[in-house]
Amino acid sequence: MLATNSSVIELENLQKIYHAGEVEIRAVDGVSLRIGRGEFVAIMGSSGSGKSTLMNTLGCLDQPTTGRYLLKGVDVAKLTRSELSQLRNQKIGFVFQSFNLLSRTTARENVELPLFYTNPHVPMRERQQRAIECLKKVGLGDRIHNHPNQLSGGQQQRVAIARALVNEPELVLADEPTGNLDTRTSIEVMELFKSLNDGGITIVMVTHEPDIAAYCKRIIVMRDGQVIRDEPNHSRLLAIEQMAQLS
Amino acid sequence: MKLLPMFTASVIKTALTTMIAFSALRRNKLRSTLTALGIIIGVASVITIMAIGRGTQQRIQDQISSLGSNLLIVFSKSRRDNATASVNHESSNLTIQDVEAIRREISSVKAVSPEVAQNVQALANGRNSMTTIVGVSPDYLRIRDWRLTSGSMFTERELRNAARVAVIGSQTARELFGPIDPVGQSVRIKNMPFTIIGLLESKGAGMGGANQDNRLIIPYTTAMRQLTGDEYPSLVMLQIRSAEFMSAAEEQITALLRQRHRLSDGRKNDFEIVNQKEIADTVENITSMITYLLGGIAGLSLLVGGIGIMNIMLVNVTERTREIGTRIAIGARPSDILLQFLIESITLSLIGGSAGVGLGYAASAACSMIPNFHPIVSTGSVILAFGISFAIGVFFGFYPARRAAHMNPIAALRFE
Repeated sequence: MLATNSSVIELENLQKIYHAGEVEIRAVDGVSLRIGRGEFVAIMGSSGSGKSTLMNTLGCLDQPTTGRYLLKGVDVAKLTRSELSQLRNQKIGFVFQSFNLLSRTTARENVELPLFYTNPHVPMRERQQRAIECLKKVGLGDRIHNHPNQLSGGQQQRVAIARALVNEPELVLADEPTGNLDTRTSIEVMELFKSLNDGGITIVMVTHEPDIAAYCKRIIVMRDGQVIRDEPNHSRLLAIEQMAQLS
Repeated sequence: MKLLPMFTASVIKTALTTMIAFSALRRNKLRSTLTALGIIIGVASVITIMAIGRGTQQRIQDQISSLGSNLLIVFSKSRRDNATASVNHESSNLTIQDVEAIRREISSVKAVSPEVAQNVQALANGRNSMTTIVGVSPDYLRIRDWRLTSGSMFTERELRNAARVAVIGSQTARELFGPIDPVGQSVRIKNMPFTIIGLLESKGAGMGGANQDNRLIIPYTTAMRQLTGDEYPSLVMLQIRSAEFMSAAEEQITALLRQRHRLSDGRKNDFEIVNQKEIADTVENITSMITYLLGGIAGLSLLVGGIGIMNIMLVNVTERTREIGTRIAIGARPSDILLQFLIESITLSLIGGSAGVGLGYAASAACSMIPNFHPIVSTGSVILAFGISFAIGVFFGFYPARRAAHMNPIAALRFE
């Protein structure tokens, strides 16, 4: 299979096997996938279905046992640890369920964080400008100097999204991004993701909530380490309409 | 040619990582301070103890050099080994003839004086004072590098005549005559009147802390014949022309005295020559040994401080597991994490080190208020203290930092 220019992620018969004592756990068991540029994908499944392991592999935090993972046509298995770090830094933005912001650190400094690790070095002034731009993009232009504990959950998650965007990645990986948020803020966050996706960023998110997955363009369902369903979302919900209904 | 940009990049990287480390320490001010306290106390006590040791050493050296310069002291052995003396008393004593022979025959000797001493009570002006009479030759003051505030030293002629003249120490003078100039006054010792012809300048404590201002210096002839009844001087002090002749002079004097005492080749010397420099060296060795020993003991508290740093860094790493996971996820390499925590611990111990140096200076200054304590803080001990705190930061920070750097990001991100 040739890697076309438009595919961001290509998985070929990916396997991840753990050994817990005598027992062999096939967390991901032969997944082949192609995710193209500009897609908005939800990976669903119950706990233990392998969706988190798959997500970690997509995020280059974990190496597959067998199979191939091409990110933008690059075989991830052939990269060194420090090349992988740079790949995560520049090509992937991470959004976590529990935000993972540094406490007692301002929103701007939190957003700047990835730029500290960017090679070549990003000068301080540029770091600050880019962080402020990203905060404006997620609607927090007036919260630049606030610490996380002065922000609501939804705002904190938007700071985290700004952090994921600061290095202009190809791909945003979100692991249960609405898991710690109430319905209204969840919809707001999904609306933000939608507008980012409309801007051309590829988004892959893990969720176990069908009503969150409903905002995505494509839904992949996993069970026992395998993809059991992979289809476009025909009945896509639009966040703006949902918000209108709520109010 | 590629080295320069690489070097610049690594400098920038270190500077950035230092900023990250600093902000982490600032976030936990109280904890950082308490952790640094171990190092602060350790460094301060090392510096203070070294300063006190050095000050004491300096003081002892000053006392030794207050004896005079290029000094040799000859003791007769039988006198020194009084308690166990079994050798023939007659032949083993230094005599005035020995002193004269040394003066005559050894050209590098610049000045020589025998010395006899006795504690007596001096009376004058209706007051009395416990003092020490010291019988010497007119050269004595030159040997001891000791000046007169007024009057003059007795002459060779007065020595030959065993005149009853005395040069008085400043303290004795004060006790007997108060503030008035004692020169020309009379003082009675053992019912004999002595005329005071000179007043010594104050010299303070001598070796072993003995007060040197509580003296009456008189001709040795007068002392031996009229006061003490001694036949032999207890020691002979010699000043050599210059430092380079010291050892040659020591050998010549040894040869001369062996000949005069008719010691055959196999027999040991019945006298002992002490070189001022040797005393100084021995004292220096002993005091610096004690200083380093005490410094080492104080250094143990630095070790304890280091363990404190290691402990708090381990707590830090565990507490910040999620932060570490996040940093790795967004692109930090293990070396970035290692450097971050290492710089954190080094910063902690260096801040402790600087504060410790400050406290050490303050403690030394406080100690100098205590009489007889004159601590001297040396640059060497400050540099040493800094070096040790840096090493402690690296050594005790390395294990926690390594633990942070080798964390599995997936587990770290899941850590509750």
